[in-house]
Amino acid sequence: MITLTHYILLSVILFSIGLIGLMIRKNLLIILMSLEIMLNAVNLSFVTFSRMHANLTGQVYSFFIITVAAAEVAVALAIIINVFRMRQNLNVDELSLMKW
Amino acid sequence: MEPLFFYILAVVTIVSALFVITRKNPVISIIFLLVMLAGMAGLFVMLHAHFIAAIQVLVYAGAIIVLFLFVVMLLSGGDAKPPFFIRSPIRAIAVLLALIVLLEAFIIMSSGSDTGISATQAFNSSPRNLGNTENVAASLFTTYLLPFEIASLVLLVAMIGAIILSKGFIK
Repeated sequence: MITLTHYILLSVILFSIGLIGLMIRKNLLIILMSLEIMLNAVNLSFVTFSRMHANLTGQVYSFFIITVAAAEVAVALAIIINVFRMRQNLNVDELSLMKW
Repeated sequence: MEPLFFYILAVVTIVSALFVITRKNPVISIIFLLVMLAGMAGLFVMLHAHFIAAIQVLVYAGAIIVLFLFVVMLLSGGDAKPPFFIRSPIRAIAVLLALIVLLEAFIIMSSGSDTGISATQAFNSSPRNLGNTENVAASLFTTYLLPFEIASLVLLVAMIGAIILSKGFIK
């Protein structure tokens, strides 16, 4: 029988995978994709608790998370295009102008 | 049948997420991200959230993946040269920290038992049409009307920002 615990554990595992991907990769695009994995894990958590309480609030929050994630990806990709124009590669190790 | 579907979707989702973060070619990562989003849509359907599953496929798998692919095509993947991962000691510390987060979640889920029985009963007895389009639209256009309108403003601002940022510098 699949209970609440299974879905929440799956959500946490996906969040950890996204977190690991965010911290160990050097390519800006892969970092953005890891961020999307984390957002999806949180969506799963919201929808799971929405089913538990039989309340639609979690699903409406999930709707807005998807909307804001779409807007964020559009602006983030525009920034990535500009970074590529300046440096001709997408290596985060080289984005260190603000270090002392 | 339901545990079988859940375990198949969960394994597909987790394996696809692992492939997203470990492949060197960004296009392969995007394809595995697409598979992960499809797995998530299946999980939403199993949680009786049919509207959110459809929106996930339309917006995430339909629009965001296409945006990623366009940028990868324009930038030719960022001309990634090895090394692809952060240096080894920092990588080990990062994985260790994320595993600590995961371990903490396991401990919390296995120790809390006072809401266990009622949560499981509520979870199993939720109505089947909880997340169909009519109910979500009724909630979205009455209780959550203001966030809905603000979300349209967010999309407008994001569109203007993306256009200005990608036009290049104004001489």
